[in-house]
Amino acid sequence: MRLPCPICGERDLREFSYLGDAVRLHRPAPDAGTDAWDAYLHLRDNPAGRTRDLWQHEAGCGAWIVVTRDTVSHAVEGAQLAAEMRDAD
Amino acid sequence: MRINGRGRVDRGRALSFTFDGRRYSGFAGDTLASALVANDVKLLGRSFKYHRPRGLLTAGSEEPNALVTLGAGAASEPNARATMVELRDGLQVRSQNRWPSLDWDLLALNDLAAPFLGAGFYYKTFMWPRAFWEKLYEPAIRRAAGLGALSGKSNPDRYEKAFAFCDLLVIGGGPTGMMAAHRAAEAGLDVILCDEGTVLGGRLLSEDETVDGQPGADWAAAMQRDLAAHPKVRVMTRTTVTGAYDQGTFGALERIVPDAEGAPLECFWRIVAKRSILAAGALERPVAFAGNDRPGILLAGAMRAYLHRWGVVPGRRVAVFGNTDDAHRTARDLAAAGVHVAAVIDSRTDAKVQGDFPVYTGAQVCRGAGGRDGVEAIRIRTPRGEESIAVDALAVSGGWNPSLHLACHMNGRPDWREDIAAFVPRDGMVPGMTAAGACAGAFSTHGCLSAGAAAAALVARDLGRTPSDAALPEAEDAPYRIKALWAVPGRGRAWLDFQNDVTVKDVVQAAQENFRSVEHMKRYTTQGMAPDQGKSSNVAALAVLADATGRGIPETGTTTFRPPFVPVSIAAMGAGAQGMGFAPRRRTTSDAAARARGAPMIEAGLWYRASYFPQAGEATWRQSCDREVGMVRNHVGICDVSTLGKIDLQGPDAADFLDLVYTNRMSTLKPGRVRYGLMLREDGHVMDDGTCARLGEGHFVITTTTAAAGAVMKHLEFVHQCLVPHLDLAMISVTESWAQFAVAGPKSRDLLNGLLETPVDDASFPFMACGPVRLGGVAARLFRISFSGEHAYEIAVPARYGASLFDLLVARAEAMGGGAYGMEALNVLRLEKGHITHAEIHGRTTAFDIGMDRMVSAAKECIGKTMAARPGLVGPEREQLVGLAPQDGRSALLPGAFLFAPDDKAERAAAQGYVTSAGYSPTLGAPLALGFLRDGRARQGEVVKMVDHLRGAEVLCTVTDSVRVDPEGGRLRG
Repeated sequence: MRLPCPICGERDLREFSYLGDAVRLHRPAPDAGTDAWDAYLHLRDNPAGRTRDLWQHEAGCGAWIVVTRDTVSHAVEGAQLAAEMRDAD
Repeated sequence: MRINGRGRVDRGRALSFTFDGRRYSGFAGDTLASALVANDVKLLGRSFKYHRPRGLLTAGSEEPNALVTLGAGAASEPNARATMVELRDGLQVRSQNRWPSLDWDLLALNDLAAPFLGAGFYYKTFMWPRAFWEKLYEPAIRRAAGLGALSGKSNPDRYEKAFAFCDLLVIGGGPTGMMAAHRAAEAGLDVILCDEGTVLGGRLLSEDETVDGQPGADWAAAMQRDLAAHPKVRVMTRTTVTGAYDQGTFGALERIVPDAEGAPLECFWRIVAKRSILAAGALERPVAFAGNDRPGILLAGAMRAYLHRWGVVPGRRVAVFGNTDDAHRTARDLAAAGVHVAAVIDSRTDAKVQGDFPVYTGAQVCRGAGGRDGVEAIRIRTPRGEESIAVDALAVSGGWNPSLHLACHMNGRPDWREDIAAFVPRDGMVPGMTAAGACAGAFSTHGCLSAGAAAAALVARDLGRTPSDAALPEAEDAPYRIKALWAVPGRGRAWLDFQNDVTVKDVVQAAQENFRSVEHMKRYTTQGMAPDQGKSSNVAALAVLADATGRGIPETGTTTFRPPFVPVSIAAMGAGAQGMGFAPRRRTTSDAAARARGAPMIEAGLWYRASYFPQAGEATWRQSCDREVGMVRNHVGICDVSTLGKIDLQGPDAADFLDLVYTNRMSTLKPGRVRYGLMLREDGHVMDDGTCARLGEGHFVITTTTAAAGAVMKHLEFVHQCLVPHLDLAMISVTESWAQFAVAGPKSRDLLNGLLETPVDDASFPFMACGPVRLGGVAARLFRISFSGEHAYEIAVPARYGASLFDLLVARAEAMGGGAYGMEALNVLRLEKGHITHAEIHGRTTAFDIGMDRMVSAAKECIGKTMAARPGLVGPEREQLVGLAPQDGRSALLPGAFLFAPDDKAERAAAQGYVTSAGYSPTLGAPLALGFLRDGRARQGEVVKMVDHLRGAEVLCTVTDSVRVDPEGGRLRG
């Protein structure tokens, strides 16, 4: 698989490490309650289809990116720098 | 038999080789297969299951029968296909799957037992008794059925891996591929052209036809020269594209020219292409009839390849059996070469055949008769009755299957084309891939050339280039005309899958037993599951299944083709990852000096660290370790601590950032000071600990443990970029930029002051101070921190000065009664002080557990703080860090052992904790340990029982404070 790093361009999968769903971008407030924190840390959808997840270009520029891809077709739609999309959904 | 005046081998260069110990000769340009044909060797192997005698079926990489072992000893290579082995002088070849010899194979008895060994016989026969499967049945079956064996020794051959990128990957260098590559390059695209042969040309090398008025092979050679000289083209011969993967990635296996000195055997390529053209050609398929596996029965196209390319024929009286006009070429070409053509049998009643040989139309070969030396006669069934014809070779063709395998690698399903009775790729099966030429069902040379040009034009336009519209070279455009023929009815076993010994009867039986789905039939009969993946048998097998189940072929469907297209050795895929390549060595700057002092090295992640530094008279590691501990406690010791992770953080918001990632506050740290810090994971458990030094207002250097250096760096980048990107800072790992040494012991300051350009004292450099220093003209960093509990420093210099500084420090220390100390002493020193390592912060412990909950600042937010307060992570039910001392003062304590109340039974349910680290303290003169004990901090002075069932130890221990030496910390500050 090839992932498009917004800084370095399209690179081989092996340069990246995977974290998980981009929900990790939205850290709850300290007083958001147990349910919100439980959801943030543990509860994940397992979609067949479009998904957005966090990868780090660890063996490259070090950027954390959000990759939009399809778990069924393996098509990669695109990627954005995590630092620039905190406010997107 | 070699035919004079035919073939393209170099008859001026004879090569000698052995097969099963007998010496033979061939020529440069021969394959092992063609050289064996030239020497009239027909019997090349024994079949997988029935040990049937087998010879060549094909001339290409799809060969199912002629698998051999090359070489001897550790470098031997099993399961090489004789058709793909380039002959070289001195080559040693052995046949496989036979005992005691190829001619007399005792396991040929399996063939006599064949009525009992049909499809599914394992499942039916070896049901009981259950215990017999592992002990008796499976070993016996494995001995009887099989391919070549590995040597069992470490493989000394070299393998390589490589990466390539292009606009267009052309897969296959026949007329289609060459034309496509040339046209695409002319349009300005970067092209890689891969072909598994030694030279380009594909079928042009195996046929007698003209292109552009010259012999096809000459045209191909000229085209190859043009392509090789073209600046936009990279021609990769001997390279089989093995798989198509996501985003235009392809795997390819390159066999390296065998003569190249010291070259690797194979190279595994990963090629990334914006577009690809599949020009993989087509594979001929046999017809199933009784005894169709006799040596000497070859595919018709293979027979022409042996004749035209290598000038050899596998017999002197040859018959040809087919169902297309294409098969007639074999008869025509053999006759033209002076070989006796005994008959042409065409199953089509309307076939038009001309030639000086007997022709039978509307006829079929129903039996191949003969012995282990090969076919001796064929029995044919004609509209006028049956008759026998004496032959010593038979060319068979059931038509051609487009090589669409790669197109199916991403789960696409091909289309059935009735007019050519074959599957062809459908558009879009692999994104960006266009199939062209024979692999898309165009079988004439003209059809291939024009398809190649058209595919290149399509790709060029797609990528914004203008395609060339030059005229195509003249070439034959003969019609194909096929009438499908899969299996000839009759008694006797008719083989479909030669490599896995699957017959027509097996497939029919599968259908009768209701394994009607093609995927079920495949698994029940094992058809298509051999290393050749059923290249010669899949379509015929599913046609037989379709017939047996009363369905059409398109409804029956195909099984799935998966990578790799040809077998790929694990050694090639894993090239570079063998032995130490699997775990590269990281060496510190003191590595050579430590080894020179005889220090055994111990692995710490990928790093190697000195375990201890033995001295004359020391017989055990404990003696060295005890001496080194004493050295640090009483004099001064030197230890390389460069492997600890070092992260440099700079920026106006660096302090705020560190407040977020550490539990304690770092923003209040003054420049020139160091603070111990604890990091949590977001789930509230301890991630790592280390020191945080503030070198300037907006400049910090933090350390991590050796093991967690990578994980902490990744975590900090995550927190910064994903959670607080508005904070203005940058960070970089500087672990390898600095060599850092602990200088520990009461004489440490004296030692350093002998080296520093400006001496330090308690006022200028108190405990937990840091700052720049100079020694020997080099700018260094000094930290007054201590892992040993002694008055100690760590000094860091740019890594290039590390080796000389270590030598200097050790020499000074030795002159002061000290010296170098290793990991063993380091561990004992920290155990005496109750300092934790990843043995304690192993991922399931919290700040509360290790007694550091007060370090989680109540006044600010930090990563992990919220979840650390969850119920169950704090309280007396938690196992808490404690020290342990054996009651008898001498019994060793063992890491991994469990703790119990003295009167409890030592079993899992009663366990109250466990030992994490243990050692012998020369300072205390007794063993000691750290461990976790339920409500441990409240239980100091209590007795617990340490039990290690594995090592058979049971020791009564007193629970102590985790800090055993100098709990007040006076020595640190002294």
